[in-house]
Amino acid sequence: MMKKECIAMLLAGGEGKRLGKLTKKLAKPAVFFGGKYRIIDFALSNCTNSGIDTVGVLTQYRPQELNRYIGIGKPWDLDRKEGGVSILPPYIKRKGGDWYKGTADAIYQNIDYIEQYNPEYVLVLSGDHIYKMDYERMLHFHKEQKSDATIAVIGVEWKDVSRFGILSVDDNNKVTQFREKPLDSTSNLASMGVYIYTWKILKHYLENDAAQTISSHDFGKDIIPMMLEDGVKLTAYPFEGYWKDVGTIESLWEANMDLLDDDTSLKLDDRKWRIYSLNPNQPPQYIAASANVNNSLVNEGCIVFGEVNHSILFYGVEVGMGSVINDSVIMPNAIIGENVTIHKAIVGEGTIIGDLSVVGSPDSDKVTLVGNYESLTSEFLSVKEQLGI
Amino acid sequence: MKNVMGIINLVNEPDQLEQLTNHRNIASVPFAGRYRLIDFVLSSMVNSGITNVGIFTHTKYRSLMDHLGSGKEWDLDRKRSGLFILPPMKEGWISPMGDLHAIHAHRDYLHRSSEEYVLLSRSYMVCNIDFNGLQEFHNRNQADITVVYKEMSDLDSISMQIGMDENSRVRSIWEPNAVPHGNKVSMEMYFLKKSLLIDIIETSLAEGHYNLMKDAIRANISRLNIFGYAYQGYLGIINTINSYYKHSMNLLNPSVWKDLFFKPGLIYTKIKDEPSTRYINNGHTSNSLVANGCVIEGIVENSILFRGVRIRKGATVRNSIVMQNGVIHENSSIVSVIIDKDVIIKEARTLVGHEKAPYIVVKRKII
Repeated sequence: MMKKECIAMLLAGGEGKRLGKLTKKLAKPAVFFGGKYRIIDFALSNCTNSGIDTVGVLTQYRPQELNRYIGIGKPWDLDRKEGGVSILPPYIKRKGGDWYKGTADAIYQNIDYIEQYNPEYVLVLSGDHIYKMDYERMLHFHKEQKSDATIAVIGVEWKDVSRFGILSVDDNNKVTQFREKPLDSTSNLASMGVYIYTWKILKHYLENDAAQTISSHDFGKDIIPMMLEDGVKLTAYPFEGYWKDVGTIESLWEANMDLLDDDTSLKLDDRKWRIYSLNPNQPPQYIAASANVNNSLVNEGCIVFGEVNHSILFYGVEVGMGSVINDSVIMPNAIIGENVTIHKAIVGEGTIIGDLSVVGSPDSDKVTLVGNYESLTSEFLSVKEQLGI
Repeated sequence: MKNVMGIINLVNEPDQLEQLTNHRNIASVPFAGRYRLIDFVLSSMVNSGITNVGIFTHTKYRSLMDHLGSGKEWDLDRKRSGLFILPPMKEGWISPMGDLHAIHAHRDYLHRSSEEYVLLSRSYMVCNIDFNGLQEFHNRNQADITVVYKEMSDLDSISMQIGMDENSRVRSIWEPNAVPHGNKVSMEMYFLKKSLLIDIIETSLAEGHYNLMKDAIRANISRLNIFGYAYQGYLGIINTINSYYKHSMNLLNPSVWKDLFFKPGLIYTKIKDEPSTRYINNGHTSNSLVANGCVIEGIVENSILFRGVRIRKGATVRNSIVMQNGVIHENSSIVSVIIDKDVIIKEARTLVGHEKAPYIVVKRKII
């Protein structure tokens, strides 16, 4: 096998419990985002746009749809003779096998995969963030700093520090402290879940960690603290731009709504840094004479007779006459009947919303979620709402 | 249809698409927001199960080659068979030598293909057709040749017509632009055994014919059992500006949209990876077909926007077609205009055509 300077390992095994019904049957990285994408498209497109052509995708939870989606990596130009995309589920070895017990364990169990490319560096990514980033520049930074491990960081709002892995750094960007989800902190630099390791060093720590019985085998909880303790050179790579963790229904909805901002920093139409995805081959959207579409993103194959305000329609969505959709995300092939009202909701893939239904309310702060492939009639909905489901 | 090979014959296709075919052949004329004309026949063949398609090109085929690539969007990048683009054998080869010469020159391709049957077609038939029905019909009638036709009331294109007896047997084939004979328009799709095709080509050439579609098949009308098979779906024969414009506008009828693009299969085309179209406040779009990657800040009515079109604030686009990457700047007004690819209409310009004679703006022009 040809030597690769840097390969990527993409952690895509997460269950994404907090996404509720959306991840009932599929892994979080396969959840739809932004009118035509799935969350994992961002990390995969970043890889291909950064010149990284070897990506191992670690899957575990509900991998069927994700596997089918990634295929041989064609949409991201990762169908390569050498390298390309490889899906890496847990497997049985001579002495038995195990599920991936943590993020570090997932990489540890695939040391053989990594070693066949004999890389200098390994880029560890997570498949559940929305951002555009040039990993090549980060690698350059890693080399320039003669770092052993580089962690991409972004300043988050102080109120949110308890949701992230927070790093403290000195004047030279050297990491002095790393704390997972601290309740209070003097730093607001959050780890973006993007790491570059010098492979020799990482391998040593992975093997050490694997031998520990009390470890949770997690990068944030175990590997990084261990490295810090040993005085390994850890550097923070400051990133500026759009980055969002879409772990919850609220944050998934927010990240979608961010795309409707006139001055969003996540420029999806930047032709130099396209986000690739599997193309559904749908015809152009049809906007009827009765339709009214404002401040929205609409994808191919949609047919709109009603009103759509500040919302995102994925491909193949139908919006019937007299229906009004506000502040919502409608996932692929959902059919919205006539005279339906939808406020601040996420409607799952392939769901049918019957005529006269009301989903969500303009007064509610909460995002209403309708799962994938449900079929809602107005009567059914009102019962559900009474029960508070 | 494992046993059928498809041939799309672009040689001497009738072309009155004016400036739209200045730099491309008729097969690669952009249509319906994101497609090229050839996508419809090619996708129909693929959706019917044909995995060997040969395209006999003639002139101006750079844009077609770019569009088709390895054929992967049509699932025709195969180890065996797949897509074959067959350019003219002789340099500087031009008509009046007809398509018979072109196909004969590539007869090795016919001989090497293992399929027993051939489906011949033109590129400019906008339709979505399942050819399996055609094959069944052909076998049931023990036909030598089956030609696909459509009953049409309105002839706005250059098209051949056929006359049939009560048993669906074709008794006459009329030249394009002849006096109208009934309403059966030939879709110039012929289904026949490959061995018969080779035989027809060789004997016709020996007899001094040049054109397969026009002369050779017609010459055999009494000798062979030629049957007509009716196509029921939507058909646009796009080889004049009028038919191009009219059938584009017909797509704004949702039932045509649903018929043509979804049934029986999807129409494939080259992928562009554009994001969703953005509708900005204050803009208004109605009765229009819009592809991905557009940004609409102005007024769009009864129009078709291809991928990556920008309609700036205060601009209005009515009854028009704007092809890929077109930019209509602030306060410009466009009515009944066909705008080719990569055109920029600067601020406060007014372009007005007529429904019967749409104004055409050529590729890459800045107005």
